[in-house]
Amino acid sequence: MSAPEISDALLRTADLLAHERMPGGYRLMVLKQAQIASRARPGQFVHLRVPRLRDRILRRPFSIFKVEGDEISIIYKCVGTGTDVLACAPAGDRVSLLGPLGNGFPEPGADSFPLLVGGGYGAGAVYMTARRSPVKGAVFIGGRSADDILCAEDYEQLGWPVHLASEDGTRGQRGMVTDALDDWLAGRAEGLKIEIFACGPHPMLAAVAERAIAIDCQAWISLDRPMGCGVGACLACVQKIRSQDGDWVYARTCKEGPVFECRDISWKDLSS
Amino acid sequence: MKPDLSVEIGSLKMRNPVTVASGTFGYGPEYAGLIDINRLGAMTVKGISPEPVSGNPTPRIVEVPCGMINAIGLQNPGMEAFCKDYLPFFNDFDTPVIVNIWGRSVDDYAKVARRLTDEDLVSAFEINVSCPNIKEGSKAFGTRMDSFRRVIEVVRKVTGKPIIPKLAPQVPAIAEYALAAQECGADGVSLINTIPAMAVDLQTRRPVLGNVVGGLSGPAIHPVALKQVWEAASAIEIPIIAMGGISTAKDALEFLLVGATAVAVGTENFANPEASMQIVDGIESYLIENGIGSVAEFSGSLRI
Repeated sequence: MSAPEISDALLRTADLLAHERMPGGYRLMVLKQAQIASRARPGQFVHLRVPRLRDRILRRPFSIFKVEGDEISIIYKCVGTGTDVLACAPAGDRVSLLGPLGNGFPEPGADSFPLLVGGGYGAGAVYMTARRSPVKGAVFIGGRSADDILCAEDYEQLGWPVHLASEDGTRGQRGMVTDALDDWLAGRAEGLKIEIFACGPHPMLAAVAERAIAIDCQAWISLDRPMGCGVGACLACVQKIRSQDGDWVYARTCKEGPVFECRDISWKDLSS
Repeated sequence: MKPDLSVEIGSLKMRNPVTVASGTFGYGPEYAGLIDINRLGAMTVKGISPEPVSGNPTPRIVEVPCGMINAIGLQNPGMEAFCKDYLPFFNDFDTPVIVNIWGRSVDDYAKVARRLTDEDLVSAFEINVSCPNIKEGSKAFGTRMDSFRRVIEVVRKVTGKPIIPKLAPQVPAIAEYALAAQECGADGVSLINTIPAMAVDLQTRRPVLGNVVGGLSGPAIHPVALKQVWEAASAIEIPIIAMGGISTAKDALEFLLVGATAVAVGTENFANPEASMQIVDGIESYLIENGIGSVAEFSGSLRI
C-alpha cells in the first residue's frame, strides 16, 4: 500500500434523471452531476448512498458506464437488499454520490489493438475505454442468456465490431465469452499488439487472464470486492497484488484498483 | 453567545469534542479532500504497530442490519513508515493527532509509544488493547486484568503524552477496567471497541469473513455503548472518549449526557464522510437552543 494522497473525489448530490428497467433484472440509471461527470475517467466508479435504505448503512460502488456532458450512467443488477431498494428510486430523486473513485483503465496504447471483454453488467464498465480509445478494436460481450448481454448496441454505434456469446445460445454464439475471444484470437493478424480491458464475474476474468498470459499481451482487469469506505481508509476491499519488488501485498481495490494488470493479481486469493 | 465546545483529555486540547474512530478515517489524506480536518477536535489515525502488518485474509467486511462486521486485522505500514510517509501530512493542519497504537507483546506497545513520543506531530496515544481481530496479543491484553494493567503501566513509563486505553466491550465489568486504567496513570479512556461478531453463508456453509469472526460496529451497537459509557463514567474521574454507532449529533449528545467528555465518529464516515462536521454543528446548535454555555457543563448532566 502506498502512502496516501489527497484524492480529487467529490461528495455531491446528484439528480436522478432516468431509471430504466431492463430485461433480466438489470437497471440503467442516469444521474446528473456535472462536477463528478467532468472528472470521471474510464474504469472508475462512484460510491452511491441508496436513498431510503433504512437498516443498511454502507454505500454501494458502481462502475461508471457512460459520461455524457454532465450526466453519468450506471448499469446494475438487483442482487440484494441494497440494489432492490435502489431499484425503487424514481426519476426526480436526489442521490448522494461520492466519486469519481479508483484507479481506472489506462488509455489503450496508440500502437495497440484494444480488445474489450465484458460479462453481464461488466460490459458497461469498459464502454468509456471504447469511447476514448484512439484506435477502434473489438468487443466481446457474454452472459448466461440473451438478457445478460448488455450494451451491444452502444458499441455498435461507436462502430466497434461486437462479438456475442451466451451460455444457453439464446444470443450470439453458444458458450462462454472467452470461447468467442479464442475464435477471434485464432484468426488474428500476425504481429498485432493486443491489449485487453475486462470487467465481469471473477471466473470470466481469470479465464481472460489465462488468454492474455498465453498470447503474451497485457490485460487490464477491473475487480469487484466487498467495499467499505471507497476512499482507501478502511482497508476492507484489499486484494493480493504483486508489488514493484515482486512480493504479494494487499492493495486497495478502491484506490490502487479497481483495475490491475492480470499478472499482478493473485488469482487464488480472489475469493467469492 | 457561542457555547464553548473545547474539551481536554489530560494535556490534549481539542477545539471541539468530536474526533473520528481509529480505523475508519485512515491516516488523514483519504478524507482530506472531502472534509476540513481543521474542524475536527482531534484526528485519530489507524492503529500503528512497531513492524508493518499485512492484515487478515479477505473478505474483511460484511454488512448486517444496522451495522457491519469487519476483520481488517490491523493492517498498517509500521511505525517507521508511518513517521516518514504518513505523519508529515499533518504539518499542514493544526488539529491534534491521536495515534492508535498496538502490539503483540507488552514490549511492542512500549516500543511504538517510545518511538512516536519523539514526534512533535503526535499529541496523544490511544492504546488499542481491545481489537477483536487479532488472534494473539491485542485482544487478550484488553480482556485480562493483569495484562491490561501491565500494558498501560509500561506505556505510561515511556511517554509523557496523554494515553487513552481503548476498552473492550466484552469484559465482565467495564467500570473495573476503566478504574484500572485510571489507577495505572491513563489520562482518559475510550470506549467501546467493536463487539465480537460473526456472519455465515447458508449457501456455501462457510463463514463470510476470511478471519471467520470480526467486530460489529454501526448504529446496532449504540445502545450497548451508551450503557457501557454511562457505567464507566460513573466509576472514574478521568475523561472518556465515547464511540459506538454515532451517526448524528443526537447520538453524540447522548454519549456526552451520560458522562463522556468527547466522542468519536466511526462507521458513519463510510456512509456520510461529512458526518463529523455535521455532528460538530449539531452539538453547537443543541447547546445554543438549550442555553448551555459549554460542552463541559453538559457532560454528565444525566438526571436519574
